[in-house]
Amino acid sequence: MMIDLYGFGPALAAGALMTVKLALSALCLGLVLGLLGALAKTSPYKPLQWLGGTYSTLVRGVPELLWVLLIYFGTVNLMRALGEYFGNPDLSLNAFAAGVIALGLCFGAYATEVFRGAILAIPKGHREAGVALGLSKWRIFTRLIMPQMWRIALPGLGNLFMILMKDTALVSVIGLEEIMRHAQIGVTVSKQPFTFYMVAAFMYLGLTVLAMIGMHFLERRAARGFARSTQ
Amino acid sequence: MQTYKKFLLAAAASLVFSASAMAAETLKMGIEAAYPPFNNKDASGNVVGFDKDIGDALCAKMKVECSVVTSDWDGIIPALNAKKFDFLISSLSITEERKQAVDFTEPYYSNKLQFIAPKATTDFSTDKAYLSGKTIGAQRATLAGTWLDDRNMEDDYNIKVTLYDTQENAYLDLLSGRVDAILADKYVQYEWLKSKDGAAFEFKGDPVVESDKIGIAVRKGDDELRTKLNAALKEIVADGTYKKINDKYFPFSIY
Amino acid sequence: MNWEVIIKWLPKLAQGATLTLELVAIAVIAGLLLAIPLGIARSSRLWYVRALPYAYIFFFRGTPLLVQLFLVYYGLAQFDAVRSSSLWPYLRDPFWCATATMTLHTAAYIAEILRGAIQAIPRGEIEAARALGMSRPKALFYIILPRAARIGLPAYSNEVILMLKASALASTVTLLELTGMARTIIARTYLPVEIFFAAGMFYLLMAFVLVQGFKQLERWLRVDACQGR
Repeated sequence: MMIDLYGFGPALAAGALMTVKLALSALCLGLVLGLLGALAKTSPYKPLQWLGGTYSTLVRGVPELLWVLLIYFGTVNLMRALGEYFGNPDLSLNAFAAGVIALGLCFGAYATEVFRGAILAIPKGHREAGVALGLSKWRIFTRLIMPQMWRIALPGLGNLFMILMKDTALVSVIGLEEIMRHAQIGVTVSKQPFTFYMVAAFMYLGLTVLAMIGMHFLERRAARGFARSTQ
Repeated sequence: MQTYKKFLLAAAASLVFSASAMAAETLKMGIEAAYPPFNNKDASGNVVGFDKDIGDALCAKMKVECSVVTSDWDGIIPALNAKKFDFLISSLSITEERKQAVDFTEPYYSNKLQFIAPKATTDFSTDKAYLSGKTIGAQRATLAGTWLDDRNMEDDYNIKVTLYDTQENAYLDLLSGRVDAILADKYVQYEWLKSKDGAAFEFKGDPVVESDKIGIAVRKGDDELRTKLNAALKEIVADGTYKKINDKYFPFSIY
Repeated sequence: MNWEVIIKWLPKLAQGATLTLELVAIAVIAGLLLAIPLGIARSSRLWYVRALPYAYIFFFRGTPLLVQLFLVYYGLAQFDAVRSSSLWPYLRDPFWCATATMTLHTAAYIAEILRGAIQAIPRGEIEAARALGMSRPKALFYIILPRAARIGLPAYSNEVILMLKASALASTVTLLELTGMARTIIARTYLPVEIFFAAGMFYLLMAFVLVQGFKQLERWLRVDACQGR
């Protein structure tokens, strides 16, 4: 059903695929970082608390665009040093990897706060019950805390994912060929900026709607066995 | 718990893959691909243009496989130094400032900087009195942008300099009347003036920079590749390959 | 780390930061004014009053700010009708394009915050106001909005910080705000780490000052004492 768009229809569709790939990869990285951040922030050890707090404050205080630019252009020496250590001096980040890391980093910083809120929302008694039953710390975390935390955190994470999806447009600035970059290339040829950016806008809207539907099912699944709280 | 394990595995995998190194089997040439006719993309996404053709001809002479890596203009020199590609053939002017960051081959064409403005602008001139107070567009991180900045900083002009991420965006703003004129490479603008959009515009005044030498950039100290590129460049000029490419784009020699 | 370069360009970066603050200040204040009618209409009980703000909010929250910015800056200029209209003197200026887009964008988010806040006001308070003989508009201005302002303030302060960061996108439409200035300096110095680091510090500082300012405001308005239950 894609209109021809001066021959750029297929290119834009490929861009949408790239956007989805980028968003999902950044999501995976961000969830891990967010979980680690939340565990650090809620741990009883001061240095860990400080580390988690610094991470989330520092990353949330600087624009996403700056992170994208900084990670793409600023990690040269770091990557070279790493590369030499592993015996591959040509190690470097491509636009995709830099985008995943920058967006994952930002997602993780916000997810840290969401996960932390969720962990704190679990009644203390549950953990104590686990201890009383003689469960190990790891077991308490994976069997008691994680499943409940997941359910509480899901709506917040869903919101963050919508934001992440839109932030993928920033990676066009470092040349990754996602929706926005393809729209720009289309404008170069057609001189129809309004048409192309409008098409791009509706593609993002479509992706957002898809994500919303996905979230709805995830939330329903995570909430099975729980009665909807009524006022 | 299966779901969590799967999810963690997937996350770990994504970490590993996203950081995977790029093998350096073939040479990678860096091109901006937003600067017609020297470099741009056709509708199917292939990089085309004068720079690309010269690059391919050089690679053929050096008997190496070459692939194209695109980068935005702003970060194209950092990207070369970051080893995103091995040499940079993207209409890059040889300047003192840039020589501190990268090494250049011999020039593969030379360029002039000239203003373009609407044909209706009849009183155009390149002197201080006229340019002060005018809004002039240029691409960020180009010789033209630096020239305009330098006039403001060194000669106390009062030009409103607007810098664009791509040359194409500068044209869009010239069309919409947001800028009074654009300063850029003459041959690039020559191509645009020929297009339907450029019909209402023309070159104004004499070129402000006459001998802008365009070279291929390699990382500092990469003399092996630089020597090879220089030799290949000499060959394609001598055997007529260069002229063939030149004639494909311009009815006059730009070497 | 090349500190000399950072110090040399610090005044330019500060100049960029000033423009950033101007952009954000106009956007969040104008956005708030625009969001008040939107938020009220959005929480209406009549579906046809709700529909238009809903569509507006859906579009502006569902698409990236970068796309919106390009639509307004490059997109609108595509039409001759726009270029010959009386709005063109404003729309040709990247500053007004950026502030207008950021205002429209943030208004959608603030409207949602406002709707949440209005819906969080205990029903009984509004009923009490009506029972005391207040008219609907009176109840709106004296009870609902002041109450909603306090409930929504923490979320609003969050939105202001988000806009501070979003303003970095204005660099893509030729504005030399903090990020644009940093990119232009890097085009001359080729030192991305140093300059981006300095720019990042500016953003952190501005965010810190704003957060502290809102904390003071919350204390002054006694927000914690009247959070919706």
